[in-house]
Amino acid sequence: MSNEKVLEVRNLSKVYGKGCAKCFESTGPEHNTNICPHCGSIVAAHDISFDLYKGEILGIMGESGSGKSTSVKNLFFDEIPTSGQATFFDDGKQYDLFSLNAQQKRHLRNHRFGMVYQNPVLGLNFNVSAGGNIAERLLMSNLTNYSEIRARAIELLRRTEVLTERMDEMPKNFSGGMQQRVQIAKALATNPPLLFLDEVTTGLDLSVQAAILDLIMEIQRESQTAMIVVTHDLGVIRLLAGRTIVMKYGRIIETGLTDQILEDPQDAYTQRLVASAL
Amino acid sequence: MSIQPILEVEDFSKTFMLHEQGKELPSSHSVFLKAYPGRLTALIGPTGAGKSTVLKGIYRTYLPTSGRMMFTTKQGQLTDLATADEHQILELRKEEIGFVTQFLHTLPRQSTEDVVAMPLIKKGVSRELALEKAREILGQLNLPERLWAVSPATFSGGEKQRVNLARGLLAQPRLLLLDEPTASLDPKTTDRVVELINNLKQTGTAMIAIFHDLDLVERLADDVVELAPPIGTENFFNSDTNENA
Amino acid sequence: MSNQANTSDIQFRQASVEYNFGFLDEYAKKEVRRSVLKAIAIPGYQVPYSSREMPMGRGFGTGGLQLTLSLIGKQDTLKVIDQGSDDSVNAVNLRSFIEMTCPGIDTTTKVSEANLIQSRHRIPEQALREDQVLVLQVPYPDALVVVEPSEDKRKIMHGEADYSRLLVKLYEDIVKFDEITISHRYPTRINRHYVIDSSPIPRWDVPKMNDSRALILLGAGREKKIYAVPPYTLAEPLEFDDVPFRVESFDDETDKRRTCHRCGCDHSFLDEFVDAISGEKLYQCSDSDYCDEQLKARSVKQGLEG
Repeated sequence: MSNEKVLEVRNLSKVYGKGCAKCFESTGPEHNTNICPHCGSIVAAHDISFDLYKGEILGIMGESGSGKSTSVKNLFFDEIPTSGQATFFDDGKQYDLFSLNAQQKRHLRNHRFGMVYQNPVLGLNFNVSAGGNIAERLLMSNLTNYSEIRARAIELLRRTEVLTERMDEMPKNFSGGMQQRVQIAKALATNPPLLFLDEVTTGLDLSVQAAILDLIMEIQRESQTAMIVVTHDLGVIRLLAGRTIVMKYGRIIETGLTDQILEDPQDAYTQRLVASAL
Repeated sequence: MSIQPILEVEDFSKTFMLHEQGKELPSSHSVFLKAYPGRLTALIGPTGAGKSTVLKGIYRTYLPTSGRMMFTTKQGQLTDLATADEHQILELRKEEIGFVTQFLHTLPRQSTEDVVAMPLIKKGVSRELALEKAREILGQLNLPERLWAVSPATFSGGEKQRVNLARGLLAQPRLLLLDEPTASLDPKTTDRVVELINNLKQTGTAMIAIFHDLDLVERLADDVVELAPPIGTENFFNSDTNENA
Repeated sequence: MSNQANTSDIQFRQASVEYNFGFLDEYAKKEVRRSVLKAIAIPGYQVPYSSREMPMGRGFGTGGLQLTLSLIGKQDTLKVIDQGSDDSVNAVNLRSFIEMTCPGIDTTTKVSEANLIQSRHRIPEQALREDQVLVLQVPYPDALVVVEPSEDKRKIMHGEADYSRLLVKLYEDIVKFDEITISHRYPTRINRHYVIDSSPIPRWDVPKMNDSRALILLGAGREKKIYAVPPYTLAEPLEFDDVPFRVESFDDETDKRRTCHRCGCDHSFLDEFVDAISGEKLYQCSDSDYCDEQLKARSVKQGLEG
């Protein structure tokens, strides 16, 4: 891990609904709700700020409704934030993410970011073979040589331990774990410096989870990709993340070194969360 | 001795706030200590004195409630570990400060030699060289060769401890924290550990250690710091009057 | 050309004088022309237009027809072909209608004589001139429709020149069949940005769009879109560096190039059909005018030699 900053997020907020002046003060952990009692809007995330450095894995932990996925979706341009700023540092350049135009956003999304979703349907094209999914990503980045594309797809699938004999099969024939591997391969196709992982092992068998987490760590070591790992699973956080943010009802309630959060949690909620881990 | 301490802990205190139970649990109180390059400082005291807490506080696994922990970095900068930025702490853990604990958290498919070699690899040493050295030290610690390529997840306590030690010692950090490093080891292996620790001293590593065995304190400690349980908690771990077990 | 003087015909033609020249009202024509100008200004961009109801069903060339009717004038000479032939039912039908509603125009079967050519599924073999306009009939204007059902999303993809999903289809073809198997409607990139559906012309004809001297207009009546490949514009069929675009091969099993049984031509697009009497497979130029010209040239040559 170096001292190079990759991402700087300041005061990110996302409200679903028309919103009102009282939304923020009437929602959050102290009020035990995301829903504004005055206008019914949902404050999915408010005032989210954090930094991410090169080669670092940041964990965002929280239960359902905490706003952890929302934060990441806004950074990956799946949604438009209500307010806030995010700066992406890449190769000596700086990008003010939320003020980019559609073409610039698309360029970053296709070339410099990767995203792996909990549900493979969101990250994969089920009308196209596994190898085709990776080809699609490479084609977005203007690769024009068929043999090169195929070779790279094979390399990536091998890296994520998908049997290359199956690369021409449709994703719907794969197990959940294998679909996630294809997603990871696809996300890594363009060697992005920033990778988002949204509950990627949730719902998978434990042994499969372990293998995928292992894979993620290896990849991170090899390529020094900065990652944001969203999960509600303490075990995943412990294994992957050096630093962790704990969220509840759309707010950050605690941040710190992962081992400190797990062994010396300061906030009452975090203490309860850690104590409830099986 | 006129050499400068690599770490100076001043008035370190740690009290846990247990919100659920609505109470405070003091663990360490007003600890002062210094660690010097090439020397081992032993922490002694009864159970409940907060020895592990001090080590964890230095490593920042625990957030100190008060006090300063002034660490001199490789570049000669003085940093208060208690309040240092998280990134800085992660960097220091990677490059300069090691911790041999009693627990081993590893990735499911990492082999033992991978686990031991990892800190060196992260520092930039080539994989082949790091693995070579890992195997060497595992051999010195009497871990059977057949276990080297296997994941340590199913090892016995003693075996895990040797893996932890190997990893911590191999990295040759500038400051090494050791929490009961020989608790589950047989005398022969313990002797080896003593040897290795003495070797490390030669390379200039500063160490702070907790030994359950006072004999080891005698053999290895250059300085001794005695800790007492925080006032009011003396009876926490006393089986006769314990209401809080 | 049919100028039969029988009573019902005269009555019919008199009745048709009530129609505006070109059947469409001037406002409709104006809108089509403006769409055409926009289409030329943004090569390959599908311009939406208010496609009128024509006295024939959708799917029979109403898009191409509206273009022709909006552009044609009394001084123009029209050729209408369908699959290369002037004589097929649809070509005859369209040509009659245009003649009827545009009194005074000339019609011809010779490419060299026409200045406005409306065609379904073929581009004439003979190279066109700068003073000629080719109107192609298009069923589906949008190359992306096979990968994305939502028009809104397709518009964004076109705007961002994001054709990766289309290219993936080509990739999958090569994986399965070792080659790109698209035979008609080959996706073609115009002027380095928009990829168009080139209409159901065979691959053979796609290269004719590139750097064409003539203006090529494409009209989809049912889908209500007009687009254009302007003269001297890049029209590049989608391909990979190492799997290039290829036209159809007319080689037989011995790798010998087949020839037209009628005129002997060895370089035109051939239709395959079965002789009704002998049952053998025959090949003939799809472009009937070209076949005529080749036949004429051959007999002149034989005449000179003979």
